[in-house]
Amino acid sequence: MAVRVQQEDFDVGVESRALQAATVGAIALFVGTVRSLSDDDTVTAMTLEHYPGMTEQEIIRIENEARDRWPLIEVTVIHRIGRLEAGEQIVLVAVSSAHRGAAFDAAQYIMDFLKTDAPFWKAEERGDDIRWVEARESDNTAHDKWR
Amino acid sequence: MSDINVNILYFAWMREHTGTQSESIALPQDARTVGDLMPILVARSPGHATALKNMAAVRVAVNRVYGDLQTPVAAGDEVAFFPPVTGG
Repeated sequence: MAVRVQQEDFDVGVESRALQAATVGAIALFVGTVRSLSDDDTVTAMTLEHYPGMTEQEIIRIENEARDRWPLIEVTVIHRIGRLEAGEQIVLVAVSSAHRGAAFDAAQYIMDFLKTDAPFWKAEERGDDIRWVEARESDNTAHDKWR
Repeated sequence: MSDINVNILYFAWMREHTGTQSESIALPQDARTVGDLMPILVARSPGHATALKNMAAVRVAVNRVYGDLQTPVAAGDEVAFFPPVTGG
């Protein structure tokens, strides 16, 4: 189990290789990046804020729920904070398991719950205009499908 | 005096409205829940009143666990208010 909240970028190859082991048959990786197009406007950058302490605790709780559902070997979650420009990596969810089904499903489950429960907030920049992003109903829908 | 206080945290636009990331308030003797703290917090400044106006749009955590206005609060607790989350 590894949860990291950090300003620095991460290397997907390094994180993937770190999960390789003899018992592993599948590694599923999800990478979220800063999208420049949002609500038909051009987002140049965003700043991510979080609740230190609660963030890590929530992600570990979500991971433990995933482990109750699927036979997982390792889980790595890295979430960046601070100012990120369009195209940069924001989040990595990497899951290893003996078989691909569990790895795919658990990675999606962790990501869906991270979106609705992990205390991060994004403020988007469009030139000089900075606005807090509003939560999306589609994120709640994605989360509800697992109930 | 910290044993009679609760620490209040605000994040994102709630931090901007209240003008503070954290503040310590004395826990009134008759306060039992997060909801009991609301009149005190709302009265602190016009920005607080704005930030806490629509509690249906705000999430609450007590000691870093999600709660709501009915969650019990005791001296020494950390109570956080923040908008729906938008990470990932």
